[in-house]
Amino acid sequence: MDRQSPLSTLLQISPISLILGFFLVLPIGTILIVSFWDYNDFSFFPDFVWTNYSDALGSNVTYKTYLNTFWYAGLTWFFTFLIGFTVAYFLAFHIHTTRWQIVLFLICTIPFWTSNIIRMISWIPFLGRNGVFNTMLQSIGLIDEPLEFLLFSDFSIVLAFVHLYALFMVVPIFNSMMRIDRSLIEAAIDGGANGWQMLTNVVIPLCKPGIAIGSIFVVTLVMGDYITVRLMGGGQRASVGVMMWNEISLLLYPAAAAHAVVLLAVVLIMVSLMMRVVDLKKEL
Amino acid sequence: MHKKRPASFYWLAIFFGLFVLFLYGPISAIVILSFQGPNGGLTFPMNGFSIHWFFALFGEQLVGDFETSFLRSLQLGLIVMALTVVISLVTGLAFRKKFFGSNLLFYTTVASLIVPSILVSLGIGLIFNIMGWEVSWTTSGLGAHLTWTLPFGFLIMIAVFNRFDKSYEEAARDLGASNWQTIRHVVLPIIGPSLIGVALFGFTLSYDEFARTLMTSGVKNTLPLEIFGMTTNVTTPTLYALGTLTTFFSLFMILTAMGVLFYLRRRQESHGSDAGKGV
Repeated sequence: MDRQSPLSTLLQISPISLILGFFLVLPIGTILIVSFWDYNDFSFFPDFVWTNYSDALGSNVTYKTYLNTFWYAGLTWFFTFLIGFTVAYFLAFHIHTTRWQIVLFLICTIPFWTSNIIRMISWIPFLGRNGVFNTMLQSIGLIDEPLEFLLFSDFSIVLAFVHLYALFMVVPIFNSMMRIDRSLIEAAIDGGANGWQMLTNVVIPLCKPGIAIGSIFVVTLVMGDYITVRLMGGGQRASVGVMMWNEISLLLYPAAAAHAVVLLAVVLIMVSLMMRVVDLKKEL
Repeated sequence: MHKKRPASFYWLAIFFGLFVLFLYGPISAIVILSFQGPNGGLTFPMNGFSIHWFFALFGEQLVGDFETSFLRSLQLGLIVMALTVVISLVTGLAFRKKFFGSNLLFYTTVASLIVPSILVSLGIGLIFNIMGWEVSWTTSGLGAHLTWTLPFGFLIMIAVFNRFDKSYEEAARDLGASNWQTIRHVVLPIIGPSLIGVALFGFTLSYDEFARTLMTSGVKNTLPLEIFGMTTNVTTPTLYALGTLTTFFSLFMILTAMGVLFYLRRRQESHGSDAGKGV
């Protein structure tokens, strides 16, 4: 293995380093710099001011928006975890042939490879005033007036998030479960554990890395989202991403940059907390 | 072998069935509703049955510029796919041994996945703005897409090489194969199926990308941007017709990838080794 020269290693890693350097590291550096720039109605220009941060952190709107975004992230995390864990558990422990595991796993995976925007739009015929749910509920006499909160509400936003991102929980948790030595479970049952004890004392602790990876995906995707909230909220709901997008559309780049830095800090803190239970390299 | 299944199996199977319904139900509704009659609306009931709304997409009064944006997304997807496969592969090869800065590069690549997309979009937009360059889907858009597809391809390759049995390579070297011959005739055939997977990720993630494209593709829209624009001003089932078409195109690409994968597996199994064939 040591026949590979340092030069060829350098050649092999240079494409990814250059691309990520220019399109990831440099842009974040630029955001950091621009967050200290000043702006007027027409343009933005180099300066060193703290006003963008004091505007962002001194406003109640910012805190309310963050609270709202945390609320979306928390609800989405909760439901994707419940669904993801249950689906992964079914696939890992109740399906005994590899062939069926692959087939059922692919059935869960295929929607992930199609357009997120189409998947959001596809809820409209279900949730609208004259949508499937309202018609159904009215015809069985449960409600008299159509429910208004189904579409363009917190409900539809979280529903769309869960729909889009449940798979991000299923895959890593399934991966963790497949590594659990089956004899541990037999030992627990032989030792007298009931199903629930086996789940909470054996399976869940051994799935922690998978749960953490899935949670990182779901939480970061929701925290930075600006399309789902905009589309499913009908433009009436706020999130950190939507707030930034509004500033960007008004060309208030330094203000948006300051919000971006704050968002990045918040996301990194959340990720580092979740990373405590997982050694990423061991998971691959 | 036929043990009686526990009751929990049936409850979980029902849950799984509902989950599949949850995944596929809404999109099926879109497909059905795109065949609304000419007077039909955005919701059920069906008001007749026609392909009127598909014609409306291609007809005289074009709703949006979806044909060119589709071709643009297709080209971009194929370019991103090719780059993702090649770059993930060579990076994966390098990561089979430790080198100076390997941890830094590993975590930077993972960060590319975790950084909120709106930051990538904004940051690239800012650089191009400050430098006075024009953003376009072929430059800034391409770069933005790679920040999203490369981490997936990279992590897949790392996982693949972690499971790779190095004795195959050592055997090839012992028999006098050069570095290139080892890769071409031993490594690539073994990891071939995984590369198809990377290609599928590269294409579909780019083809459907929105969040990182918004501020980086310039005046010429990719298909997802075009569809997003339509959601705010199109109130007829044309929107569903377009959704149906692009979803079927995605499915076509997924099934093609799986078909190729299946074919490769079969070939590997039936051919076994090509030892002694003088390659």
